[in-house]
Order: sequence, then C-alpha cells, then structure tokens
Amino acid sequence: MSAAKNININLKIWRQKNVKSKGSMESYKLDNVSTASSFLEMLDQLNEQLINERKEPVAFDHDCREGICGMCSLYINGRAHGPDTGITTCQLHMRMFNDGDTIYIEPWRSKAFPVIKDLVVDRTAFDRIQQAGGFVSVNTSGNTIDANAIPVPKHDADRSFEAAACIGCGACVATCKNGSAMLFVGAKVSQYALLPQGKVEATQRVMNMVRQMDEEGFGNCTNTGACEIECPKGISLENIARMNREYLKASLK
Amino acid sequence: MAKSALLKSSIAKKYWMALTGLFLCLFLAGHLAGNLQLIFGDALQFNQYALFMTSNPAVKLLSYVTYFSILFHAIDGIMLTIQNKKARPVAYAMNNPSNNSTLASRNMAVLGTLILVFIVTHMVNFWAVMHFDKNMPLMKQTVEAQGMKQEVYLGREVGQFYPADQIQLATEPANPMMPKPMVIKNGTDIYNAQANVKIGELFKDLHKITFAFFQNPKTGLLATILYVLAMGVLAFHLLHGFQSAFQSLGVNNKFTPAIKTFGKLFAIIVPLLFAIIPVYIHFVK
Repeated sequence: MSAAKNININLKIWRQKNVKSKGSMESYKLDNVSTASSFLEMLDQLNEQLINERKEPVAFDHDCREGICGMCSLYINGRAHGPDTGITTCQLHMRMFNDGDTIYIEPWRSKAFPVIKDLVVDRTAFDRIQQAGGFVSVNTSGNTIDANAIPVPKHDADRSFEAAACIGCGACVATCKNGSAMLFVGAKVSQYALLPQGKVEATQRVMNMVRQMDEEGFGNCTNTGACEIECPKGISLENIARMNREYLKASLK
Repeated sequence: MAKSALLKSSIAKKYWMALTGLFLCLFLAGHLAGNLQLIFGDALQFNQYALFMTSNPAVKLLSYVTYFSILFHAIDGIMLTIQNKKARPVAYAMNNPSNNSTLASRNMAVLGTLILVFIVTHMVNFWAVMHFDKNMPLMKQTVEAQGMKQEVYLGREVGQFYPADQIQLATEPANPMMPKPMVIKNGTDIYNAQANVKIGELFKDLHKITFAFFQNPKTGLLATILYVLAMGVLAFHLLHGFQSAFQSLGVNNKFTPAIKTFGKLFAIIVPLLFAIIPVYIHFVK
C-alpha cells in the first residue's frame, strides 16, 4: 500500500437545525486530510475547523468506531456507508478518495427515520420493531435451563448466526429505493425462526414485527437487492424470503 | 387478524403481486403458442383457434382470471408505488443506485404502466373487434369448381361452404328486387332467408384483421415498431419480475440459481417470439 499523503477535499453536507427545520446542503472546504485517517476522523477534523471558526459543528452518529455497534450511518456520495463494501462508515478510510474530490454527505432518508439534527436520524423505529417480537421469552425464576442443553443443527446455527450479525444500522432502509426495512426485519425474524428456542413464539413474532414495520411507515420490498449489496454485515436476501415464508405460515394459522 | 394480514400487510401485497404476476407469465406462454399459428398455421387453423378461445367455457373462466390478474397486478402495483414514494419524502441530493441494483428492478412501475397502456391498445385493436365489432369480416375463401373461380364463406363443419353471392350480409344494402337466399344473423349465424331457419355457422376472420392491421400501408409499419418496443418493455419487466416473484413467495434456496436462469431465458425468449410475429407479417408475408 502506498504511503499516506494529505489531500484537499470539498464537502457538501446536509445541515438541519432540528427535526422541525427545513435543512439544506452546505459546502465546506477541508485541506490537509490524511489518507490514513478514517472518514469519521475527517469529520472530526472538519468540526475542529468549524469550532475554530466559531461555527456550529456537524452532528453525526458514532460510537464504537470499529464497525460493530451499528451507530454510525451517513449516505456518502450516493451510497450507504460510502463507496467501500462490507463496512460501516467508521471503517471507511480517506484513501478511498482523491485530492480535489467533492464528497456528498447526507443522512439516511426515510419517513420512519426523521432527521433530528444534521446527519443524525432517529432510528427508534427499529427498536419498536424489535420490541414487537424480536426476543424469546425465558423463565428466569431460578430454574433457567442452559441454552446449550437444547441441540441445534450446525447448519441452522450458522444461518441464525449470520442473521444475528445485523447491527441494525439502517443502511438497508437508506439504500432501498422504497425505504423498506425488510432486510432488517427479515434478519431479526430469521435469527429466532431458525432456532428451537425461537419456534415457540414464531407465529406472533413475525405477525407483530411485520405489523410494527408497516405502522412505522417503511416502504414495501420490491426485491431490487440493493440492501443486500450495501449491508455492512452482508445479510442475505434469503432472510427476507424466510420472513415471507414465516409470515405466510403464521397468517394461515 | 390473519385475514386482514393476508390482504393489507406489506408482505401480503408481495404475495399477490407474485401470484398474479406468475399467472400472467403462464398466460403469456399460452398466448404466444396461439399467436405463433399466425406464422406456422394457415388462416383456417388460426380462426378455429380464435373461435375456441372465445367460446370454450374453460377458456372463458381462465380469461376472467387473466383480466382479474391484470387489474389486480396493476392496482396493487400502483398502491405499492404510492406507499413506497411516501416512505422517502426527502430525496437524496446524490444517489448512485446503479451500484447495487439493476435498472429494470428500479423501474418496475414505469415498465408496468407502459405494458398496461400496451394491453389496453392491444385489446382495442383485436380483442374488442373480435368480441363487439358488428362489421367483423367472416372467413372467405376462393375455390375453383368446374373451372370457375368462386368466392365462398367457410362453414364451421368440415367441407361446409356457402357461395358468397348468395348471402346477404348485415353490412350490405339489401336489393329488394333480387333477395338473396341466405342471410347472416348474430354476426356468424347463417340463415335460410325465406324459412328463417339456421343452416350453419361461419368463422370470424381474426386472421385477416391481424394481417390487415400490420400490413396497413399507412399505419402498419408504426404498429409493428410500437409492438416490438412494447415487447422490449415486457422483456425488462420480466427480467426482474420472474425471479422476484419466487423471492416474494419465500422461495430462496438451492433452486434459486436455476429459477434465475430460467427467468432470464423466459424474459428474453417469450417477448422475442411475440415480436417476431408482426415483423414477419409486415415484412415477409
């Protein structure tokens, strides 16, 4: 890999004061950005510059900065989590960009994810879907059974684990032309549907989670497959098909 | 809850989209087989087929399912598109969807609308003429008997024909001085004029209508070009729609690669064969 160098970039960033204000794209110039820095470090550098200029820094979501918490988002140059594949925005590096580039940075766009401030959106719609059925009920009154006491076929355990890799970042919704949350809900339904522990509440789970998803105002899936490509965790479309099967089974019960 | 869930929820809409879409794929295959007789069959065979398709009760039932499927697929599609537009009230300033999805998959509503326009025009041009046009031509042939060429109308029973000059068509002005012995009633029934007794039935000449439509010196070329374009639109719609229907119905397993390949072949071959027919009629025949 070539040694790090410094580049000068132009930024176009969505600025919005609060959930009620209108917001607009604003232009910024940022010089001397190291290609070894991460995308979020570049935004930190921009914010330092803005603070020095006594301007309001850009608000953006971030937490672990190692691609596991699901907190960072950002629609960068027309793609969720930016131009690289299989990563979250915090794992995106400035070496993906060239000197003189103009970089568009926008928040996730979805009716169900209202913009709170600048690039920060409210993703509690996902929490409400999860609360509607994304759990297994376990008796914890002192006679809890060890989870490993129930045998799980290796194949199912692997599929379930793959589905459980979803970090709930919302890139699927952001990238879907319909603003559909089906990859997220499909992963959450699949994670439990594949395990014996999840079978007990399978019927209510899928019905309740899909109902909540529809109530939140997400769009309908048209199988473009964009979510699967942009998902930082590589969640497969198979999970949406599994949710469709589970829902059909549950509706006929 | 289960009942409304199978009609209203986002996933139920997918099921209905998929089921009606797959049924319409079956319809396309059947319709294509019928149309290919315009190339590989003669006029009589095609008109017999047209008669069968408009009179057989089982076909009639299937045709109602087809009308229903087209309407439901279109209405459901429009409702889904409206909902999906609402799900993203603010558009991205910069979007690069070609990185993650095909053009056809992102434009199913536009392609579908164009196909609906085509279906309506197509039905006005052929289906409505066949069903409702009182001036629909009846199937005629020129036969040679005793060295004389004679125009005859073909009866539905094999070998049955009626000399054209002895039949009073509903569209012709009657000559009260020389009444003709036979008269056409109800479009295709042939009656003995004096006794008012039905003596046979004739064929509607859909074959002639079709050839005249695409061979029309003024509009035939345009009609052929538009038909071919419409089949191109259909191909793109099917390219995404066929395999998408299986995903919607929850089929995503070891058969999926085969379904995708078959879907692509179906999406290319079926519209291509449809498109060849008017081209053949306009340019070859």
